Amino acid sequence: MNALLIAVLAVPAAGAAAVGLLPARLDRAARLLGVAVAAVTLVAAAALYRPGGAWSGYGVEGYDVRPWHSVDVPWVPDLDLRFHLGVDGVSYPLVVLTALLTLLCCAYTLKHVPEPGAGRKLVALLLALQTGVLGVFLALDLLLFFVFFEITLLPMYAVIAVWGGARRRRAARKFVLYTLAGSVLLLLGVLAAGSGAGTLQLTSANFDGGVLVFALFALAFAVKSPLWPLHTWLPDAHTQAPTVGSVMLAGVLLKMGTYGLIRVGLGTAPDGAERLAPVLGVLAVAAIIVGSLVCLAQTELKRLIAYSSVGHMGFVLLGIATGTAAGIEAALIGNVAHGVITGLLFFLAGAIKDRAHTGELAELGGLRETAPRLAGLLGFAAVASLGLPGLAGFWGEAFAVVAAVQVGGPLWTTLGVLAAVGAALTAAYFLRLLRLVTHGPAATPPLAGITRAEWVAWAPLVLLALVLGLAPGLVVDMASGAVDALTGAAR
Amino acid sequence: MSQTIDHVALLPGYLAALTAVLVLVADLFLPRLVLSAAVAGAVSVAAAAVAVVAVSPALADADTRVRATFCNGAPGTDCSWESRPTAALVAVLFAILTVAVLALSAPMLRRGDAPAGEFCFLLTCAMTGGVVTAYAGDLVTLIVGLETLTLPLYILVGLRRPGSPAGARSAVTFLLVSIVSTAIALLGAALLYAATGTVFLRALAAPPLVPELLTVGAVLLAAGLAFKVAAVPLHAWAPATYDGAPLPVAAYLSTASKLGGVAALVAVALRLPEARWTLLALGIATMTVGNLVALRQDRMVRLLAWSSIAQAGFVIVAPWQASMLGYATFFVLLEIVAFAAVVALRPAGASGGPLSAYRGAARRHPWIGAALVLALTGLAGLPPGLAGLFAKVTVVQHLVDEDLVWVAVIVAANAVVALAYYVRVIALLYATPETADTPETAVAAPSDAASGLPAVPRVVVAALVVVTAVAVVAGFVPQLVFDAVNPWR
Repeated sequence: MNALLIAVLAVPAAGAAAVGLLPARLDRAARLLGVAVAAVTLVAAAALYRPGGAWSGYGVEGYDVRPWHSVDVPWVPDLDLRFHLGVDGVSYPLVVLTALLTLLCCAYTLKHVPEPGAGRKLVALLLALQTGVLGVFLALDLLLFFVFFEITLLPMYAVIAVWGGARRRRAARKFVLYTLAGSVLLLLGVLAAGSGAGTLQLTSANFDGGVLVFALFALAFAVKSPLWPLHTWLPDAHTQAPTVGSVMLAGVLLKMGTYGLIRVGLGTAPDGAERLAPVLGVLAVAAIIVGSLVCLAQTELKRLIAYSSVGHMGFVLLGIATGTAAGIEAALIGNVAHGVITGLLFFLAGAIKDRAHTGELAELGGLRETAPRLAGLLGFAAVASLGLPGLAGFWGEAFAVVAAVQVGGPLWTTLGVLAAVGAALTAAYFLRLLRLVTHGPAATPPLAGITRAEWVAWAPLVLLALVLGLAPGLVVDMASGAVDALTGAAR
Repeated sequence: MSQTIDHVALLPGYLAALTAVLVLVADLFLPRLVLSAAVAGAVSVAAAAVAVVAVSPALADADTRVRATFCNGAPGTDCSWESRPTAALVAVLFAILTVAVLALSAPMLRRGDAPAGEFCFLLTCAMTGGVVTAYAGDLVTLIVGLETLTLPLYILVGLRRPGSPAGARSAVTFLLVSIVSTAIALLGAALLYAATGTVFLRALAAPPLVPELLTVGAVLLAAGLAFKVAAVPLHAWAPATYDGAPLPVAAYLSTASKLGGVAALVAVALRLPEARWTLLALGIATMTVGNLVALRQDRMVRLLAWSSIAQAGFVIVAPWQASMLGYATFFVLLEIVAFAAVVALRPAGASGGPLSAYRGAARRHPWIGAALVLALTGLAGLPPGLAGLFAKVTVVQHLVDEDLVWVAVIVAANAVVALAYYVRVIALLYATPETADTPETAVAAPSDAASGLPAVPRVVVAALVVVTAVAVVAGFVPQLVFDAVNPWR
């Protein structure tokens, strides 16, 4: 089974090289190859599941990761860098989500290549990006985690800088500088944690990082997640990125921040996490409120969805900040749900912008009449995102609030109440979005219907939003062992 | 008193000097073969350096696992020539860099921009100096080696067809700053001798006779040697000199010359803790100044020069053997790739030119562009080439291990600033030539517009392929480098 773990990384990496090197006249064939590679990766990633296998469990001394599968090969002994990979209940849903979204984006690129063309290069970059993200979710060596974190940087930069909108250069540069600032802090945190514990292997129980280590990690991942007030790169990047870029960014890349905070932050610095939890909690709630209020004032479709990510990731971070099993489970399901729903929202926003040639809410309107199916899907995604019970978005938000109130005390109760108010504001801005875009008088001539490629790319996300809403246990149950171990160590 | 001389240990030095003599003789009788003779000689130096380490007795004790000669007393104590594994690494790097620079200058020499015989002779002389520096076991040998490395470079910088005043101006700047810094270094060495009564590097670590003098001597020596790596405050010569020198010579200055300086600084910092704090402070100033000024550059070679000043800051900010030599090794491998790619993108004998001349260059030459991107991202410390990433990790790790987290934070902040200008160049390489008809671009890339793609000389391509391959291998198997810089861990 270890071969499977290697394959999950090797297949997209080799695929990226192969697709990128094919000549221009084989552009379509190269994109098809990319879809095949992404499909193989998804199958391999899904096959990593081990029902009833050994969960990550309680360690005697502390957090003890017992992955379902693992590979452990020395790479650079002098740096204690090992090619140490593993998958468990915390990482598995994100691994599958990454593989799925990459496949959908590659499939979408078969029909829709943004300007200036050269779709095979875009697909190659998506696969390279996927390799880095999967590596982040699989790495059990802190330095390897950092290496993969860095690998994701430049492909995403290129996707925005080459295939983006009119102001892409600036947005891409802002993205790359912000995230590099985050990742150098990550490097400092990794080495500080490693120097304290004498090891870089996340499976070790020696980690006892304090406030400094956790603060470094929290800052590093706060840039990526992003946490208010370090979020300002996100709206620009999303607005300028091509559709598939936005989907990958929201659906997958932001998750590296929250996953890192759970796996690396809580895992290596439980004491520091406990002491800094109030700060993190306050910032998370501030992100929820500020994100929602800014969304209420947005006039552009993609920018609105981008800011909604700030709010949603605020709920995820609030869940992590509580440090309780319920909170972290809420964070995990919220993470996956946000990836699915916001991925869908960005696909829809891209489709609407392509058709109407504008993203200004004031210039859209009457989508119900001009493109009824698109309007229906947008309504579904918006309602799922605002957290209607029965759809995926509900569980993460509801249980983050519940977890905060459960922690008790005046601070956390206030935070819980404010987060609940934020959830109401979320409903308000999504309903405003729907009122402006789908209702009202038709502002554009009838738009083209949904193509087959679009259905193929969107249907899995629609289904997942439903399935996760009805059975959140799919994600939560497999992670519960690992989460108990984490919170056990934090106590 | 007569003493036996270990000629095997001296073999790399012999071969390097022999190469220079051979080139001089070849220029008299077989002028067409000078380049080949120089290349062959450099290769033999690398082979000898590796071989001598390989046949040295593998003793467990760190101090005696050195094949040494010209010793004062028992072998392994005070020796002027020590065949350490780190010395072999530096010698091998010197050979690689010399071969690469010879290959990069081939088109220029063929055009007659500079006399081939003299050019090759001076370059191999510089290599000899570098090899001697690497093996030096006392301060006198160290400084003589370093001067042998630098002296030919004054001439190489100015060695051009008549009617090119930029070269001469650069050479004079270089010469003047160099003399000042050598004087400082010599003063430091003299004070060290007065303080300790010895010039042998190993003996410097012993308790000094006059502790006050030792500190002053160590600080002066470190500051004087820091000139070679273009560290602040003796850095301002580098951009002007690099930009005025022929491109391959600029490449040699920013790689091999810098490596010689690093080897000398390592030898000193290893024994004198006083020198460490000087280097750390200089390192912080150097990387900050280098990065901030590099942000504003609009000529390729000047940008690379300021970036290499900043890189020197990264080298000396963590003054321990493993991190200095490790970072320097990864850095010179990436820097030579960058210069090789720039040479390949420019017409033969041309200068680095303005940055605008590189607009869309990677679209016209995808492979050369890819190599340049690999080098620039590596210098920024980012994948896909992992060499630069491991270089940064090494430095930060040493700083964190020594509880210097605040310095590590400055290093981290500098890495972010550096990315800003590297990304600017990378974006430019792939930019669409939408403004292709602005006058400066039209001047800069005339052959591209006129006759499609100009043929890149095969020898330049070969050099680029080889150095890129070496840099990629060093990135993916960095343990090779770490083993060499830290053989006794």
